[in-house]
Amino acid sequence: MLVDSFRFLPRSFRPLYESPSPPPGEDVAPVWAPVARRLSASTVTLLTSAGLYVEGAQAPFDLEGERARPDWGDPSFRLIPASGGELRMAHLHISEVDVEADPEICLPRARLLELASAGMVGGAAASHVSVMGYQERSLAGWRSAVLPGILELAPEAVVLAPA
Amino acid sequence: MLARWLEREGIPTVVVTMMPEVASALGAPRVVGVEFPFGHAFGMPGDADMQRRVLGTALTVLAGAASFGTRVDVDVEWPVPLREAYRSWQPSEPSPIVKVMLERMKEGR
Repeated sequence: MLVDSFRFLPRSFRPLYESPSPPPGEDVAPVWAPVARRLSASTVTLLTSAGLYVEGAQAPFDLEGERARPDWGDPSFRLIPASGGELRMAHLHISEVDVEADPEICLPRARLLELASAGMVGGAAASHVSVMGYQERSLAGWRSAVLPGILELAPEAVVLAPA
Repeated sequence: MLARWLEREGIPTVVVTMMPEVASALGAPRVVGVEFPFGHAFGMPGDADMQRRVLGTALTVLAGAASFGTRVDVDVEWPVPLREAYRSWQPSEPSPIVKVMLERMKEGR
């Protein structure tokens, strides 16, 4: 394998990731959903955990709440339109500088539309999904709020990109 | 976990990640690894070619992976010197939990 998963991680953080285990109640047994049809006929939804939101139309993720309770992260989600809107980032663990300069590096909406025009995919979903990646270990908030929210979109296939 | 929950609901997924070893260990069904700094899953700001290449790889793996546990790494070297890239993704101040951890280390806990 080519990628060193720890290349850009501060050395002191390594122990947190070297023996990863799933949250309580979860397992890592094989789970598999086959693609139903050719990519060129499929609609694709993107999901980022970079804490992106549409400026002026959506509230940012709750960073004050996290500052007050450092073991908590805002478990809500935002629906990001397939195009348009100025995207901003609300995330206390990653710099916003490059992401706000070019949100495509976390949520490649325009790139997906280009690949759709080129015929690689059938199309982009009308709404993509943004969450904020720092969460309580149980992921209870995501399970109760984000998962149903995504399922309501009835996505055909999802590309997830943790930030 | 989101990928696994969606997959259980019959929705195929692929995860693009800087930590493919972790994603695979946690049972992500299809994984695309990128050796990029955090916050840059699809590449450099302003580099549409790189972004398209990573997204294209993810879509190819999404459609073509034969079985659970497929991992493909993107063969692109980050074009910024390591020292600079290592610093540039980090937030301007430590996150609240990191501050707590650093205080505990100082107190010897």
